[in-house]
Amino acid sequence: MATRQTSTLARFMMAPSVILLFIWMIVPLAMTLWFSFQNYNLLNPANVSFAGLFNYKFFYTDPAFFQSIWNTLVLVVGVLLITVIGGIALALLLDQPMFGQGIVRILVISPFFVMPPVAALVWKNMIMHPGYGVFADFAKFFGAQPVDWFAQFPLFSIIIIVAWQWLPFATLILLTALQSLDGEQKEAAEMDGAGIVSRFIYLTIPHISRAVTVVILIQTIFLLGVYAEILVTTNGGPGYASTNLPFLIYRTALLGYDVGGASAGGIIAVILANIVAFFLMRAVGKNLDK
Amino acid sequence: MGNITLNKVSKSFGTTTIIPELDLEIEDGEFVVFVGPSGCGKSTLLRLIAGLEDTSAGKISIDGRDVTGEAPAKRRLAMVFQSYALYPHMTVYKNIAFPLKMAGEDAAVIDKKVKDAARVLNLTNYLERRPGQLSGGQRQRVAIGRAIVRQPSAFLFDEPLSNLDAALRGTMRLEISELHHQLKTTMIYVTHDQVEAMTMADKIVVLNAGNIEQVGSPMELYKTPKNLFVAGFIGSPRMNLINGAAAARHGATTIGVRPEHLGISTTAGEWKATVGVAEHLGSDTFLHVQAGDVGTLTVRADGELGVRHGETVYLTPSPNKIHRFGADGRAM
Amino acid sequence: MARAVSTRRKIGFTVAAWVVALLIFFPILYTIITSFKSETEAIAGFSLVPSGTLESYAEVQAQSNYFKFFLNSVIIAVGSTILALVVAVPAAWSMAFSPTKRTKDILMWMLSTKMMPAVAVLVPIYLIFRDTYLLDTRIGLTVMLMLINLPIVVWMLYTYFREIPGEILEAARMDGATLWGEIVYVLTPMAVPGIASTMLLNIILAWNEAFWTIRLTTTNAAPLTAFIASFSSPQGLFWAKLSAASTLAIAPILIMGWFSQRQLVRGLTFGAVK
Repeated sequence: MATRQTSTLARFMMAPSVILLFIWMIVPLAMTLWFSFQNYNLLNPANVSFAGLFNYKFFYTDPAFFQSIWNTLVLVVGVLLITVIGGIALALLLDQPMFGQGIVRILVISPFFVMPPVAALVWKNMIMHPGYGVFADFAKFFGAQPVDWFAQFPLFSIIIIVAWQWLPFATLILLTALQSLDGEQKEAAEMDGAGIVSRFIYLTIPHISRAVTVVILIQTIFLLGVYAEILVTTNGGPGYASTNLPFLIYRTALLGYDVGGASAGGIIAVILANIVAFFLMRAVGKNLDK
Repeated sequence: MGNITLNKVSKSFGTTTIIPELDLEIEDGEFVVFVGPSGCGKSTLLRLIAGLEDTSAGKISIDGRDVTGEAPAKRRLAMVFQSYALYPHMTVYKNIAFPLKMAGEDAAVIDKKVKDAARVLNLTNYLERRPGQLSGGQRQRVAIGRAIVRQPSAFLFDEPLSNLDAALRGTMRLEISELHHQLKTTMIYVTHDQVEAMTMADKIVVLNAGNIEQVGSPMELYKTPKNLFVAGFIGSPRMNLINGAAAARHGATTIGVRPEHLGISTTAGEWKATVGVAEHLGSDTFLHVQAGDVGTLTVRADGELGVRHGETVYLTPSPNKIHRFGADGRAM
Repeated sequence: MARAVSTRRKIGFTVAAWVVALLIFFPILYTIITSFKSETEAIAGFSLVPSGTLESYAEVQAQSNYFKFFLNSVIIAVGSTILALVVAVPAAWSMAFSPTKRTKDILMWMLSTKMMPAVAVLVPIYLIFRDTYLLDTRIGLTVMLMLINLPIVVWMLYTYFREIPGEILEAARMDGATLWGEIVYVLTPMAVPGIASTMLLNIILAWNEAFWTIRLTTTNAAPLTAFIASFSSPQGLFWAKLSAASTLAIAPILIMGWFSQRQLVRGLTFGAVK
């Protein structure tokens, strides 16, 4: 393939993608970094001055900051726990012989295609609403007091909604990984006298461990940025009880008009995401060599 | 016409040299086989001729025309790939017609040529199928059909039979040889299988680490291998190569004796040996024997020879069939 | 594993899987059911049997000009996808068929741009959009979503193209095809399935993108994500109407998703799981 003619052409054809992505990455990021060292409020745009580390300090000393970091972590870890454990269980179940497997698969995967605002609204109003939700209907049926989910357990409710959206993703990927497990390997293990449990521990777990890693990493990237679900349900409240970092930045920037403060928060978010990205890139990169 | 000349051609990727400078002359109508172990550069050499790779230096000419810088499409060569490289989305008919279509031929001409080729290759009933619905041998024929329709000045084959099973390989070998007799077009054929090389070639080019070890007719290579590499590579089973005292007695560092040139006796002979595994093929028996300090030898004996594991035999090499090699590995 | 499975075991798994699947699907199912109820029915307690009225659908269109949001979603999702393909196909083509030592690094770098949290660049993007009058325009949003999904598109196409054996393209070259002939007659027909599923996945992702579509629009260019998000305000609490709007918003993409689910895994994991 490697004639001089084709490789020159190849470079030429790659250029638009590379240039576009380069601009898209570098320009806004540089601006964010620059703003994060400025006093810049949209309500008073004429009065911009160098702020040093003030924005970072301000963000850092804001009690909402730590709460939002904590909420971000709880949200990410909570959803990961539910989706990974649930995903493995579901994938194992779906991998079994059954009638109507195709339809079951379609039903299970569906929540992934529901846009976040719809998912959040449906759960908020149809399912978890203290007056008219399905949960309340059942509670009343059994004579119990309906729970006001978003007032009493705001973060937990959001975790449930987000987990519902991502469970199909985890299931689908883990199922694909399970199905690629070589049948002969399983038979060989059976011949070697391995029972169901040891086959699961020594064969299945190692086989899907890479898929689990990929699921965790990719989900983390998206979960760090959960936004619409919070906007539609609790709007970050009550107080800051369900505000995560992206939501706090959004509040600071577009509700508080504080460009400098929001930018400092943005840089912190970049650092957080990069830690995760580093591991994801390694997992994906390894696969590229094969 | 299909006269191909390589003049001081070399190829390297970065700092790794795949093919050091070499010269080669391929006559019109010749069936030339490039043979060598995997990684010896035979496929690269073929791809240089095809124009799928750039030469690092040197000149390639076809019928006296310098084609070194020319695109593959302009060299008027046809190639059959190891994977057949059929277009999976086209029917057999369209696959074979593709080069003609690219050459801008008339639809009626295309139709006639495709049908002629299909008849020659026994593909007439499969013209509307897709490659995915064909057997390995049929795919191979389609690939050949695609190559012959445009009447190229030479055919290039890149290990075309290596994906077929043993029986089919034998049949296709005959078919390709037959095709060469009919078309009388130059063919260059790359393989790692010395049996294919011996049975098909007019001229064999033995390659090792990018170097041409020897060029010659199959019988020349068999009878007078220039060096140890060629001696060991050509011939099946392999030539027995013996070092040490036994070789010194013949005034050489190494002597080579082909399995078929060892006389076998149960009573007397030059080397005393113990029989190990005996492979009975019916027509022949291959004995693997342990002959003291001479080492392990392979002997080709009569098919009905009744020797058993552990018995003692005596071996005598035919005196005029001993190949003698010096310390540098070259024939003396 | 050609082994007979006992029917009883199979029935057991079938029941378990269907129960779990229906539970997971339930919120969607219940939304669809509620969309065919009247408002009084909708808040009258749990019921899986709607009266079948279409009044909610009529009302959604009458009150909110639903069709405009729908059209915006289509234009933005399809537009950004086509734009991304135009840029990505040549790039993926060259990376798959003329790889260099740097190809892997470039691919990884493209992936890394996807890791950037959207909020981190919210402020500059917002200001740039404001100053270039791109706020609340379809063009602005289309370009935005194109950039966001470009890495995924390049990656997916790359993994598909890489499965096309290089020998076939070489065969075309030997058969006398020019570069143009090679692309038109050989590469494109072979790549169509891959391009199609890339397109499908990208439309789904663009359709459901719910950060930029909400933040960068107000009315003119607002797609369905923004429209639905506007229901979060208390005065919008009409169960049946909300359900009808939600059903309309997710139906097209749900169906596309069902068709593309097998390709989905590859696209979403950047080829790390196939």
